Amino acid sequence: MLEAIGVPSVEALFDRQIPEAVRLGRPLDLPAGRGEQDVFAHLRELAAKNVSAEDELSFLGAGMYDHYVPALIDMLMSRSEFLTPYTPYQPEISQGGLQVMFEYQTAISELTALPVANASVYEGPSAVAAAGYLAKLHNGGKRFVVSAGLHPHSIETLRTQAHGYGMEVVEVPLTGGVTDPHAWAQAIDGECSAAIFAQPNFYGAVEDASALSAAAKSGASGLNGAGGNGTGKSPVVIAQVDPITLGILAAPGECGVDVAVGEGQPLGNRLDFGGPSFGIFAAREEYLRRMPGRIAGETTDVDGRRGFVLTLQTREQHIRREKATSNICTAQALNALGGVVYLTWLGRQGIVELGELLLARTHYARETLSALDGVQPLHTQPVIREFALRLDGDVAAVKRRCAAQGVNPGVDLQALTGRDEDRGGLLVAITEQRSRADIDRLADALGAAVAAEPADPRSVAVPV
Amino acid sequence: MSAIDENHLHADPSIDTHPSGQGIDPATSPRGSSAGPSATPLQRERAKTIFEKGAAGRRAFMCPELDVPQVDLEVLPERFRRSRPPRLPEVSEPEIVRHYVGLSKRNFDLDSGFYPLGSCTMKHNPRLHERVAALPGHARLHPLQDPERAQGALELMWNLQEALAEISGLPHVSLQPSAGSHGELAGVLLTRAYHEARGEQRHKVLTPDTSHGTNPATVTMAGLEVVKVATNPQGGVDLDDLRAKADGETACLMLTNPNTLGLFDQNIEEIAQVVHGVGATLYYDGANLNAVMGLSRPGDMGFDIVHFNLHKSFTQPHGGGGPGAGPIAVSERIAPFLPRPLVVRHEDDAPGTGAITQVPSGENGDGPTSEGPRYDLDYNVERSIGRLRGFQGNYGCFVRSYAYICSLGADGLKDASQTAVLNANYLLARLKEKGIAEHLPLAYGELCLHEFVLSGGPMKKALGLKTLDLAKRLLDFGFHPPTVYFPLLVEEALMIEPTETECKETLDAFADAIAEILREAAMDGPEVAQNAPYTTPVRRLDEVAAAKHPVIRQVLA
Repeated sequence: MLEAIGVPSVEALFDRQIPEAVRLGRPLDLPAGRGEQDVFAHLRELAAKNVSAEDELSFLGAGMYDHYVPALIDMLMSRSEFLTPYTPYQPEISQGGLQVMFEYQTAISELTALPVANASVYEGPSAVAAAGYLAKLHNGGKRFVVSAGLHPHSIETLRTQAHGYGMEVVEVPLTGGVTDPHAWAQAIDGECSAAIFAQPNFYGAVEDASALSAAAKSGASGLNGAGGNGTGKSPVVIAQVDPITLGILAAPGECGVDVAVGEGQPLGNRLDFGGPSFGIFAAREEYLRRMPGRIAGETTDVDGRRGFVLTLQTREQHIRREKATSNICTAQALNALGGVVYLTWLGRQGIVELGELLLARTHYARETLSALDGVQPLHTQPVIREFALRLDGDVAAVKRRCAAQGVNPGVDLQALTGRDEDRGGLLVAITEQRSRADIDRLADALGAAVAAEPADPRSVAVPV
Repeated sequence: MSAIDENHLHADPSIDTHPSGQGIDPATSPRGSSAGPSATPLQRERAKTIFEKGAAGRRAFMCPELDVPQVDLEVLPERFRRSRPPRLPEVSEPEIVRHYVGLSKRNFDLDSGFYPLGSCTMKHNPRLHERVAALPGHARLHPLQDPERAQGALELMWNLQEALAEISGLPHVSLQPSAGSHGELAGVLLTRAYHEARGEQRHKVLTPDTSHGTNPATVTMAGLEVVKVATNPQGGVDLDDLRAKADGETACLMLTNPNTLGLFDQNIEEIAQVVHGVGATLYYDGANLNAVMGLSRPGDMGFDIVHFNLHKSFTQPHGGGGPGAGPIAVSERIAPFLPRPLVVRHEDDAPGTGAITQVPSGENGDGPTSEGPRYDLDYNVERSIGRLRGFQGNYGCFVRSYAYICSLGADGLKDASQTAVLNANYLLARLKEKGIAEHLPLAYGELCLHEFVLSGGPMKKALGLKTLDLAKRLLDFGFHPPTVYFPLLVEEALMIEPTETECKETLDAFADAIAEILREAAMDGPEVAQNAPYTTPVRRLDEVAAAKHPVIRQVLA
């Protein structure tokens, strides 16, 4: 090979091309390579230092959930034909992946009742930020109004990106566990680019999505006048939704929502300590040409066969460069495949049955746990898969006591949100993998732990 | 480096390199010939979506039984409920399996054949990585597990950060960004924060005209303005143009080195001096890092910020378009602004070392109590640009790339880059042979690093073959075509990156296929390639119609 190239050695290839001053000239300071068996043993050892949902009775949620992942998803996601190609730049040899995208888009459109969906973005919180950027491009408004019920990671991600392009983020507080309707309407004026809430919200409560959407639209037009957010367009209403609840909760498209985004992990994806999963992105037709990311479309080949291609690429970075609607390139195709296979596996009846099961168990769990001494619900709004409690004792200490019983009772709210009013808060998530017996075991562990801990005077407050 | 089995090249028996259908004139070929005598079995199958299969009442999922009291309707009032259930498919499990396995057969993939897609580093994906990532201790670990009980995951992330810092020559790493373009966004926001902290408002970002499209797109998303820098005749940054455009308003220069022409910029030190001289930062797009691992480090070249594509250099499978991961490494001056949380290590449990001062005891059920360093997530990064996404990043990708780095080690990573460069230059040498080079000359330079760019301009003039035609004809030979029409400054560009995991026989077979396609065009005229492909599940698709009247979902009954 060197002879064909006409160089005496491999080193010569580098010597001739890389200036000496920037050649490393020493070995990397990294351990030596190891055989497959050794590497497996090392990675298994690291895995063993983690306490996973396999090792304890876990009620952790707050954005990612321990749902059952059917075996056929593992099988399909590990097939070489889906696992090892890249973005389908050559559609003639990528019909499988392109059709999966088309089916995924169909499923997401149907779930959200919104006519256009892309083939995925990274994950939930960055999907919120991407929707914010769409709103900025759409109406040029000056600020984002977000409900405090939006996931704190979504709010922070939006802030990070909005700071870049010079927009502010205004937070509307909750009342009684849901977005304060008065404060919401007050905050949305003619300079509002997007009004963003979560359904269900971060504290598990089901919001009145139709009322929030309607208030956002009328609030802006009421105060807007001719100038408004600069274009006379009303704010884009964005909802971060939990796809697993959409078998029974009113779909965003039925509630006046313009753009629905969400974390796709509950749909057949692993926890994976937070990723990779996929971000859902669906919208009304008028936003189609401002959507970020890949979109598959149907067409025909020269012989008239049905086929699929990446379409509307003039939105994208590789064509439009600095004028693109987003910089996203590689997204989450494989994870979205898991998502559409999961939805297919659940099926038309299954997604309703699963939703009803989650609803019933979540209410059973809230009632059971709220009956414990030193435990009260943080709010009494309808909940569907997750709910918030307030404990009399220190949450971290209570969690440690529960852990000794092999139970992880949920997420320490204040540790995640940093909000004073969340002191003593515990967020408990239910999945179909947590039976009544499991919930009863949680009640025993939590009741004993709270009873054993001294009451934290700062955590006892009137429920919001 | 491991060489994968050669027999894969023409593994699909339906792919005939001399298809009987060649020479069909699309203008005269009857519509609907898809079921004609020359059609392959896959071509005869009409694509049906999963929504067009199944029957009412069919299902795969068995819901666990309701073991708690049924709730009253007022628990979830009617107005919050969906009026009509989503019309998801109604199919049995065997139908799902057959449908998606059937779709998989309509995909070309890296495990089946050569995939020299330039700038994408399609190297072999070891199956070990899938096995370790699937271990429940990794795969079923909740992202909000208490750090004390996720020590293995945090240790893995820490070790990966340390390795990436050493490979890049930049000391501080955040693994958080989800892909290369997300890492770029982090980088530009970091640059912005750095200048703002110094009380400077700099709004210009310089990018060479050879840059990846994500670079300028990112700049706009970060609220800054793109200024293009020209390329010199050697394929590097035009220094005079750079000097003319770099000034007190310049925030940053974004550069790939080696660049998208596969060339290492000979003036990199001077470029760094010019950029730093005006107080701007230097950003390294790590898409091409596979050329220089263990050989040259962006930090030593003067870069302040680097992103890595774990799905390129560090072999996270590309997944048909993700998942990827785009960690960043930065210099000391940028470090205070890194996204939060940071993964940190505490060497002992002495007071004042941070959050993990309380040694959990086995009695109250906390994690392992063994001696040694403790790992934690640090949210108190005062000047951080903030979060870029939820949780801690694409951990599943970290597991795979960490396993890769453990497998290869210091020498193996260097060997990978050396072999990638050897393979690229060997393939380039083969394509410089008579019969090929006169049609497809190398656009710049003599040698290359991990990839090279040919120009199809002469081929188009002499043979009437566009680069697109060559690419489509390659499909009939069982190869994934190279990246085409990029970089933009090369006429009819063909960007080829073979990677280190291909063996000589594969490279030879690819060069032979190119030679044969050119010979075929010279002998029989350009029509054969202009109408290619013939053997793929579908033939050329009408992309214009798809964009003009977008059909992006199945209409449901």
